[in-house]
Amino acid sequence: MTKAFQKLVEKSKAHLEQIQSKPRVRISIDLSGLAAGALDILNTFKDEVSANKLDVTISEVGGLGLNYAEPLVDIQNPGGPRVFYNNVTPDQVPSLVREHLIEGNPVLSGAMAVETRDPSLDIPTLTELPMMKGQVRIALRNAGHIDPSDILDYIAAGGYNGLNKGLFEMEPSAVQEEVAKSGLRGRGGAAFPTATKWRFLMGSPGPIKYILGNCEEGDPGAFNDKGILEGDPHTLLEGMILAGYATGASNGIVFIRHGHDTPIERTRKAIAQAYANNLLGENILGSDFSFDVEVSLVGESYVSGEETALMESIEGKRAMPRYRPPFPAAYGVWGKPSNINNIKTLAYVPEIVSRGGEWFTTIGTEKSKGTAILCLSGTIERPGMIEVPMGMTIREAVEKLGGGVPGGKPVKLLQTGGPLGGVLRGDKIDIPLDFDAMAAAGAILGSGGIIVGDDTVCAVDLARLLVAFCQYESCGKCFPCRLGTTHLLQILDRICDFKAQPGDLDLMRQLGNDMQVGSLCGHGQLGFNPIKSSIEYFPDEFAAVIEEKRWPTKNYFPDFFMPDRAKRNQQTETFSSLRRA
Amino acid sequence: MTSEKTDFRTTIRQSLTATQNGTVTILSSLLAVEDLLGYIPLEAIEEVASLTNSTTNEVWGVASFYTNFRFTPPGDHVLEVCWGPSCHILGAQNIVKEVLGTLNLQGEGDTEDHTFTFKYNTCLAACGQAPVISIDHQLMGRMTPEKTKERILSVKATGEKGKRQNG
Repeated sequence: MTKAFQKLVEKSKAHLEQIQSKPRVRISIDLSGLAAGALDILNTFKDEVSANKLDVTISEVGGLGLNYAEPLVDIQNPGGPRVFYNNVTPDQVPSLVREHLIEGNPVLSGAMAVETRDPSLDIPTLTELPMMKGQVRIALRNAGHIDPSDILDYIAAGGYNGLNKGLFEMEPSAVQEEVAKSGLRGRGGAAFPTATKWRFLMGSPGPIKYILGNCEEGDPGAFNDKGILEGDPHTLLEGMILAGYATGASNGIVFIRHGHDTPIERTRKAIAQAYANNLLGENILGSDFSFDVEVSLVGESYVSGEETALMESIEGKRAMPRYRPPFPAAYGVWGKPSNINNIKTLAYVPEIVSRGGEWFTTIGTEKSKGTAILCLSGTIERPGMIEVPMGMTIREAVEKLGGGVPGGKPVKLLQTGGPLGGVLRGDKIDIPLDFDAMAAAGAILGSGGIIVGDDTVCAVDLARLLVAFCQYESCGKCFPCRLGTTHLLQILDRICDFKAQPGDLDLMRQLGNDMQVGSLCGHGQLGFNPIKSSIEYFPDEFAAVIEEKRWPTKNYFPDFFMPDRAKRNQQTETFSSLRRA
Repeated sequence: MTSEKTDFRTTIRQSLTATQNGTVTILSSLLAVEDLLGYIPLEAIEEVASLTNSTTNEVWGVASFYTNFRFTPPGDHVLEVCWGPSCHILGAQNIVKEVLGTLNLQGEGDTEDHTFTFKYNTCLAACGQAPVISIDHQLMGRMTPEKTKERILSVKATGEKGKRQNG
């Protein structure tokens, strides 16, 4: 261990001891927690603690992923058990402060779990909770446990160990080989071997080369990239620096959608702390490797998550895909060699380097190593974010960990891999989480969002929503996509108005085919997928709406509301008139 | 030119140079203006063009592409309703309907008295709490049409302006 890192580790140990000597309250403040009212809980805790003049550390942590239990708070007195309280209301806070913090008696009535088995408390441990049981947390290992705004918390949990090892015990090529050995494949959707992608960049000329961390994450239903940045931003930074070291890159850019404040603020803070501790910048930890990282924000545009559109966006232009070749490894952002990895992919790297690629291969399946980070939402008992080993079936993830549909009803359909992924029928979900097995079954794991629909959900209505999304978000560069999605939506609108015309289904198939062959990126190429999969799995429902002019289930919305891009253009006219004035 | 107008330009110029960290581009500059004002005025288009050494046409092209930008001042409070599939399945359409009724709007836009601006959001990223809305950037989960109406009325009753107008 180098002296510089040794010093940081010692500092972090002292920091940890100091924290452990005082009572600590952790409150999950992530986007999901905020939507559940966690800010009120945080403020009430602060008020109560100061009213009682207590010396307590209140940490705003990221989420454990247990969205159903939010607002989620855990309390630990020095030497005492760490107790998790679920669905906390502001009214509960005074008694939690009085009984647990002051008197040292956990409030069992509101407690969901305890960190480690405590014979005096009749509550399950955290890992025994139905949603945690079966999880293997690598990228999410620290989320919900450490303070994401404190680099010492991360180092005390073993953070930057992989970086220290990589920089001082391994050649850059050895880091790349370790990742190759691990079998890590990209988690953004394409499942391309990460080490091979890195190799492309290694061969490109420097000195300026970019590692881009993609947290655009525009897929509705997916929030795991943001979840990692909210819960443990340093794990991304460490992975990025290691990727930079392996490939000889000079700069890293974290790409995030403007408006999602918690992941943005925490990433920026983490970057500043990494610079302050010489983990970024010139000669990292005294080595001869230098690396810079900055955050790049993007406006609202779904297509900006596509790798070449993302580069246009970083350059400040409209997020429209580029023609390929040249490929990013040769000509990327600002014309420099670039490598784009998903946040989840990079978040695995520190553990792979520190524990060895071999270790990573012990988790997962033959060709899909490691874990899948899934976001469960929709009509599901326990919505949230989970990290499970590859090879677990989708059914197990949804029904065992997620608790299935409330009331024990069967799962009718899943919407996976973002809107372009289309739908999967409930009886097809016994396939394992495995890139190849899922592709063979016609399903897309994509970014990991899984939206569950029960038997009330109408497949036609849902297909219209997904197509509406594709139409609204088409960037407009390729006309088969721009006009195709618009035409598809018009046809679905008239079908839903019970005014279907003969041959509408065939017309949509023709349009879908044209879009597939005539579009530059996945948005147009897969834009027909929602309809294709819905017709394939639920032909009866289309027949009911088209031929019998009735809605087959009760969850449908004949007055369909959606944003109108054409109306936005009227603002343009207002603007032009201003210009003339 | 009146001094008020000069001040406005100075404010915009300051926001462009003082608040941006990292690489300055047309997009980053527009986002900085949006953070400051909640919209992109004509003056900002020109200031961004001069700062980034581009034409107003190029700046306008970027500004009109990203759907978060608007070009007139928003209402005092900005209300967003998520229309992603998780929220849709759990009833977001009913919330939109209630919002349009309560605010007397036909679709996205500003109320006549300019107290509210309504807009859709493709994903507020709190899918585990669906359906989700946000008022003045504050997320609210597990919403119903009734709860949404209550929130709108209570925000209206305070008579204050939203803390952050951007969305």
